Formats: sequence, C-alpha cells, structure tokens
Amino acid sequence: MAADLLWIFISAMIINNFTLYYFLGLCPFFGVSDRISTALRMGMANVFVLLITAFCAWFLNTYVLSHAPYLRLISFIIVIASTVQFVEMAIKKMSPVLFKALGIFLPLITTNCAILGLALFATNKGYGLLEGLVYALGAGGGLTLALVIMAGIREESKLLEIPKVIEGTALNLIIAGILSMAFMGFAGLFSTS
Amino acid sequence: MKNFEEAARYHEEFIKGLWKENPVFVAVLGMCPALAVTNTAINGLAMGGATLFVLTFSSLLVSSFRRYIPKEVRITTFVIIIATFVTIVDFLLQAFLPAIHKELGAFVALIVVNCLILGRQEAFSFKNPIRLAMVDALGMALGFTFALFCLGAIREILGNGSLFGVSLFGPSFEPWIVMILPPGGFLSLGFLLLFFNWLKQRKEQKQSLVYLADTVAEVAEKNEGIIYLKRGV
Amino acid sequence: MIATLGIAGLFSGLALVAVFLFTRPIIEANQAEALRLAVFQVLPGSSSFQTLEFSNDKLALLSVEQENNAPKIKHPQIYAGYSKSGKLLGFAIPGEEAGFQDKIKAIFGYDPQRRMLIGFEVLDSKETPGLGDKIIKDKYFRTSLTSLEIDPKIVAVKPGQKTAANQVETITGATISSKTVIRLLDKTIRRWLPSINIYLAKQ
Repeated sequence: MAADLLWIFISAMIINNFTLYYFLGLCPFFGVSDRISTALRMGMANVFVLLITAFCAWFLNTYVLSHAPYLRLISFIIVIASTVQFVEMAIKKMSPVLFKALGIFLPLITTNCAILGLALFATNKGYGLLEGLVYALGAGGGLTLALVIMAGIREESKLLEIPKVIEGTALNLIIAGILSMAFMGFAGLFSTS
Repeated sequence: MKNFEEAARYHEEFIKGLWKENPVFVAVLGMCPALAVTNTAINGLAMGGATLFVLTFSSLLVSSFRRYIPKEVRITTFVIIIATFVTIVDFLLQAFLPAIHKELGAFVALIVVNCLILGRQEAFSFKNPIRLAMVDALGMALGFTFALFCLGAIREILGNGSLFGVSLFGPSFEPWIVMILPPGGFLSLGFLLLFFNWLKQRKEQKQSLVYLADTVAEVAEKNEGIIYLKRGV
Repeated sequence: MIATLGIAGLFSGLALVAVFLFTRPIIEANQAEALRLAVFQVLPGSSSFQTLEFSNDKLALLSVEQENNAPKIKHPQIYAGYSKSGKLLGFAIPGEEAGFQDKIKAIFGYDPQRRMLIGFEVLDSKETPGLGDKIIKDKYFRTSLTSLEIDPKIVAVKPGQKTAANQVETITGATISSKTVIRLLDKTIRRWLPSINIYLAKQ
C-alpha cells in the first residue's frame, strides 16, 4: 500500500507532472511565473485548494454521484468555485498580509484547469480518499515545482538581451518545452529490473 | 440583414475570431486543450468541434436570456450553462464517437474551464443580440478549431509522418517523436507564435520603411530649391 | 437572483437527465462490445463469455440482475470464455502494472487445462511511441505471449536467450515496458490462481 501511495505521489509530481506533461495549470504558469516568491505562494495556494478538492471529489463520488453521474461536472465546478471563494475569505480574515500578496491570483485558481483536472483524473483512476489526497499533494507539488523553476529561469533571463521577435509568450513556451523534455528523463524512475 | 452596414458588422464580428483576435494565436487562451490533444490533426479537429458546440449553444442561451439574468449572478449562471453543454457533448461523444472520446479523455470535460468560452459570454454574448452573439461565437470557435488543426497537423506530420492517419513519407521517414509528446506541444506553439511575430515585425518594418521613404521624399521636395543653391547652380 | 439560479439549475438538470438517458444504452452497448472483442481476442475460438466476480473471498458467476444493478463498489472481475459447443476454453483476466510512463492495462487469456497463457491484448498504454509502444506493435513479442507456460513462474530473459516455455524475451529498445508486461502477467495470474482453482473444483 505504501509503495502504491509513493508511486502515486512521485508519478504525479515529476514523472507525469501536471503542468509539463498534462498541460494543466498553464494560465498561472505563464502569468504568475515572473518572480520566484510569487510563484511559490501561488503554488502553495494551489496545493491547499487541490487537497480540499480531492476530498470533496471523493465525497461526491462515493455518496452522491453514483446515483447521478451526469451531475459530476456541474457539481465539481460548483464545489471548486465555492472552495476558492471560501479560501479567499478565510485567508483575508486570518492573514491580511498573505491576502494582499496573493491579490488577484486567488480567484484565478477557479479557472485553473489543474483543479478540475485533478478531480476528473482521480475519478477516472478510481482513487479512494487517501490515494486522492496523496495524488493532490503530488500534483500540487509538481505544479509548484514547475512554477518555481520557470520563475527562476525568467528572473535570470531579465538580465539578458532578448530579440523582440521572440519576447513574451513565444519564448516562455519554448522554455516550457525544454523543461518538459528535461522532465521526460524522470520516466522509468520506478521501474524495477 | 437590413442593409449593407449590418452585413458588414456581422462580417467583421465573424472574421475577427478567425485571425486578428484568434483565441490561441493572439489572445493565448484555452492553451490547456490546445496543447494536450493536438498530438494528431484529427484529435485537434475533434476538440475544436466539441468547443464549437459548447461555445455556440452557450452564447445562444446567454444572449437569449441576457435581459433576465441579474448582473450579480451572471458568472455563476454562465458556468451552469457552459457545464451543462460540456456534459452533453461529453455524453454524445462517448455514445457516437467512442474512439475519439478515448483519445480526448478528460480534456472534453476541461472545456468548461476554457477561458475562451467564459470570456466570450462575459465580453460579448451578455451584451449583444442573438444573431451577433452567434456570429461572434462561430468566428471564435472556428478560429480556435483552425489553430488546433494547425498545431495537430504540424505535430502529426513531424512526429508520425502522417496526416489523418495516412502515412505521408513512407517507411524510411524517421519520425521526430518528441513532436507528439508533451514537449512537442510547447515547442510547436512556441515556434508558431515566433513565426507570426516575425511576420508581424516584417509587416511593421515595411510599413515604417514606406513611411520613412515618404517623409524623405516630402522633405526633399521642400528643400529642392536649397540643394540647388548649395551646389552653386 | 436566487430564482434565476434555480431556474437555470432546473433546466440544466432536465437537459442533462434527458441526454444521459438517451445516450446511456448506446454507451453501455459500446462498452460491452469492446469487452466482447477483447475477450474473444485473448481466448481464440470462444464465441460467448460469462463474467465472474470476486467478492466475499470467492469467485462466483455474476447473475444478470447483479450486472444490471451495478453496485457502488466494483469488485474485481474476470471472464470465462466458452466455445460454440459450450466447452470452457479459459479465462480472460485483466491486469495493470506501472510501466515506464504510466500504468499499463492489459488483458490475457489463461487456459487452466494446459496451465498456459493463450492470448494477450494491451487495453491502455501511455508508453513512448516508437519505443515503449513496441509492446503493442512488436509481432514476435505478442506471439511469444500466446503459448506461455505459467509454471513455475513467468520470467523475462534477454533477446535470443529463451530456453524454456515459461520464458519471454524482452524487446530491444523497450526493455522496461516489456518487463512490465511480463511482471503484470506473472503477478496477475498468481493472484487469481487460487480462486480459479477453487471455482473449477466446484464445477
């Protein structure tokens, strides 16, 4: 069981990284990754929302959606939107400093395909509660990892002279492509001989 | 259509989605599905088609009922409408095109968080009459499909040596496998955007050269007399 | 305000139920057909099959009403294939194992009389195209899995070194993926053997 959970975690975090393999969470990836501190905070916020989503998805799947599978998507998206709203209010009350630092990023987590993606993938793989939570940790960790690495590269590249023709999204996509290739090297990490 | 002006307006709203405001190439929206399912041309087309279905019907409903939806709950209502149509298209694909549904997987359901669809409702369908909203939706969705087809075709041709499953180069072609893998998605779109930027830059340079030439000619014309004097003629 | 959301929710619910009820029989028919094809592929010569479910620590035939009721918890299932004359040809057993990129899902046919594997099909694989996906495309590998003895253990050997009927040669350039398949076969059959033997003894 522990080996299975470890595989789920490592697979979600680096072998099948949510951003660099499944193309989820690209809006924050290209929008928020210009400073490492912001990227880290966004990543952590995402991990938190992902954990709650994994729990809610498991709960809905087990007790509610077996009777009405056609309501899956609507219920997931409503739960996610409400969770983000709730998290925003909670952070505002508990730590106004953090709330100010995250700013506009919080509401944007709702449309982050990674959150809904996690709920759907976990459903398709038939994960239980513990597996779902570990999956969320791995996925969130992977998102944060990709965000921070990208932020690091972009911070460094601010000192370079970049030709105008490639500046902006084009360059970021190419950097992401090279990062994705690098992460491909993690495949086969778990294989026993 | 009542007159020429109206027809021109429809034409403009339709055309903008195809190129000038292309959702993938210009606004860079909806990248998640754009990169994930474009490993073959047919998958790209299928995803575009599903998005077309969702966008046109959602815009139809939002525009039809725009006077009855209170501003405060508009986003939630949009999301309910969009999620309904996404679920419908998911079931329809599963029933009638199961092979394609298997290829697209959970990304059909992820159409609901495609910022393109919610964005069009908020920016256009909520504020415009039905026919105009439909024309905008069609234009945007077709532009999206076109972009996905381009990406899918490039990745399939380079990464598999085929288009629509038909082998193009024969068995001696060594496919550039990385193109149909995730890095290929990032790189293809990146280089495509680079190409479009380059085209735009060239166009701007040409235009500024023409402007420069015109200005020089103007100045030269004005100063013709002075030049002749200076030469001592 | 709430009224709008309520009405929207109501219409949405109605539309979804309608489409769901309309497409459900078609979707179930598609899935049943896909399963049928897979079972017949791995149990050559079979023309009908029955589902056996493992619950309450034993393997039992799934009755038609049980199938239609579709319980919340899905118990593991295997499929018994029969020839035209009603003779039990073997069992089609699905399994999955973590491969190079992600989990590989496959189904294989097991002949209990000869204690051999007689068929193999990959159901789902995310292995690298051109490399790992040779487990689907390599004809020699696939054929070698169609007359494979399970005793004492299914083992992987290097290409060209096969000496016994329970050995499978790995694929050059797809070592990890092919080893995953071999591991999948051995683990899955070992897991199901006790229940299958008990079930057969009762027939």
